[in-house]
Amino acid sequence: MAEKVLMKGNEAIAEAAIAAGCRHFFGYPITPQTEVAAYMSKRMPKIGGVYLQGESEVASINMVLGAGAAGVRVMTSTSSPGISLMAEGISYIAGSEVPCLIVNVERGGPGLGGIQPSQSDYFQAVKATGHGDFHMLVFAPSTVQETVDLISDAFDLGDKFRIPTMILSDGLLGQMMEPVVLPEPKDPVDNKDWAAKGHQDKRKHNVINSLYIDPAELERKNRDRFEKYRIIQENEQRAEEYLADDAEIVLVAFGASSRIAHSAVDMARKKGIKAGLVRPITLWPFPEKFLNKHAAHAKVFLSVEMNMGQMVDDVRLAIRDSKPVRFFGRTGGIVPTPAEVLQQIEKLNGGEF
Amino acid sequence: MRYIERRVTVVCGHYGTGKTNLSINLALDCAREGEHVTLIDMDVVNPYFRSSDYADILTREGVRVLGPNFANSNLDTPSLPAAIGDSISDGERVIIDVGGDDAGATALGVYSRRVTDADPDVIYVINRYRSQTTTPEEAVSILSEIENAARIRATCIANNSHLKEFTTASTVEDSLPFAERVSELTGLPLRFTTVPSGVDPLNKVPNMYPVSVYVRAPWEKAGNRIAEGNR
Repeated sequence: MAEKVLMKGNEAIAEAAIAAGCRHFFGYPITPQTEVAAYMSKRMPKIGGVYLQGESEVASINMVLGAGAAGVRVMTSTSSPGISLMAEGISYIAGSEVPCLIVNVERGGPGLGGIQPSQSDYFQAVKATGHGDFHMLVFAPSTVQETVDLISDAFDLGDKFRIPTMILSDGLLGQMMEPVVLPEPKDPVDNKDWAAKGHQDKRKHNVINSLYIDPAELERKNRDRFEKYRIIQENEQRAEEYLADDAEIVLVAFGASSRIAHSAVDMARKKGIKAGLVRPITLWPFPEKFLNKHAAHAKVFLSVEMNMGQMVDDVRLAIRDSKPVRFFGRTGGIVPTPAEVLQQIEKLNGGEF
Repeated sequence: MRYIERRVTVVCGHYGTGKTNLSINLALDCAREGEHVTLIDMDVVNPYFRSSDYADILTREGVRVLGPNFANSNLDTPSLPAAIGDSISDGERVIIDVGGDDAGATALGVYSRRVTDADPDVIYVINRYRSQTTTPEEAVSILSEIENAARIRATCIANNSHLKEFTTASTVEDSLPFAERVSELTGLPLRFTTVPSGVDPLNKVPNMYPVSVYVRAPWEKAGNRIAEGNR
């Protein structure tokens, strides 16, 4: 096995993508994501890849669409306001059924917001990254190592289902340094017979497009795509459960805030409080199966987020409102502390729902 | 302070080698020996995780902290206070925590004349486990980029090899040949090797500097104080 090295989350994103066979990066710098682009700008020329800084996020995401349509592994990365700018392009990518990887190292919003870490793009990532009927597979890693591991999966699943995939990271995970084992580099299997990569007079043109003149055809396309989404919802839900099996208070948290929640659960257990954690690893599809498992024995759920409670409704839907779902979060770039979360757990344990 | 020799100490190196934790240790140890010491956070590259984050502990122990004007705010504006220049020249002990790589060292270049005039200790921090500096040759090549950007030459090497909370005795011991090789290749003395508290090397580590770990993730911080509403 390869040796452990210390890497910053953002560098690890870049290196993991390269290991997964990505040789095309288009983007535009923005704090706290810039190290991804900076790292790619140094590495790509050395390995025969392309690093191109577009004149804006709008340009960059359309370059991603073009490269993805040509069948190569391609990615972009940005931070919150950058995703808003890319929204139109992402919708075109989904409509054109082009796989690509989009990384969002979230910062505080709305608007220009701030550069401190946040998770306030949950709605945007899982509900409406752009216009139209579509979803993306959204992964929410909670460590630098998991970020590395999920990038490879995100590329593979994107190719398998011909959909854009997203790694929803945040400033904390992007900027922090942790030991990682990098994966062995691999060459992706080239089986994209749909791609516009030269027909060599052996087949008809492949047309990559999201415009449909005939409404019936567009409806059919959308229905077909939602059939794929159904299969993804069935098979690709992922979550980690921590001390959840006998938990009366089930915390639900993803990404950086799940690390805080994890510490808070440990503190609560030391005090004899039956707290546990379900950590969604996929945010879309939302890991309903994992939450439902614990709805029977839980007295209450507590969603812990670095936003104003954007995941709460998904937790309620997952457990069909069978138990109360409460929320604790900090926003605007403030990271909650384990002590603050413990306070909430203690309140709930005292019956204050 | 036995680990640093001159009034002005510059701490530079690759991103993530542990410059901030080392700078905090040096500053606190000076203060605990009764010295007046200023810690300058000169990192204008990293948006967060910097020595200014530890201003609470540092000022409590009598360390004066100077950092970028907008450190830890929601602004990404790399400006440094004028007081930095004076503190480098004014006669009291100064420890300068420089940003990573040549990009971070560029800010130090602004002060290169003042710093050079002060005849400083310039510590190049290395970490054998940090991606892109895991071979002595890589560590040497980053040093020359930093020296060019800072317009200052390093005077010694500090071996700060660690794997954060996964650091063990062998993590430290296995890094010694690497550190000695960097010292050989650069012709700079290996001033010390840090050993974090709680780690007990079995074999003797030459010039060992026992350090405390201050730089931690929010979920592993001792005390877990309630986050302040407005930082």
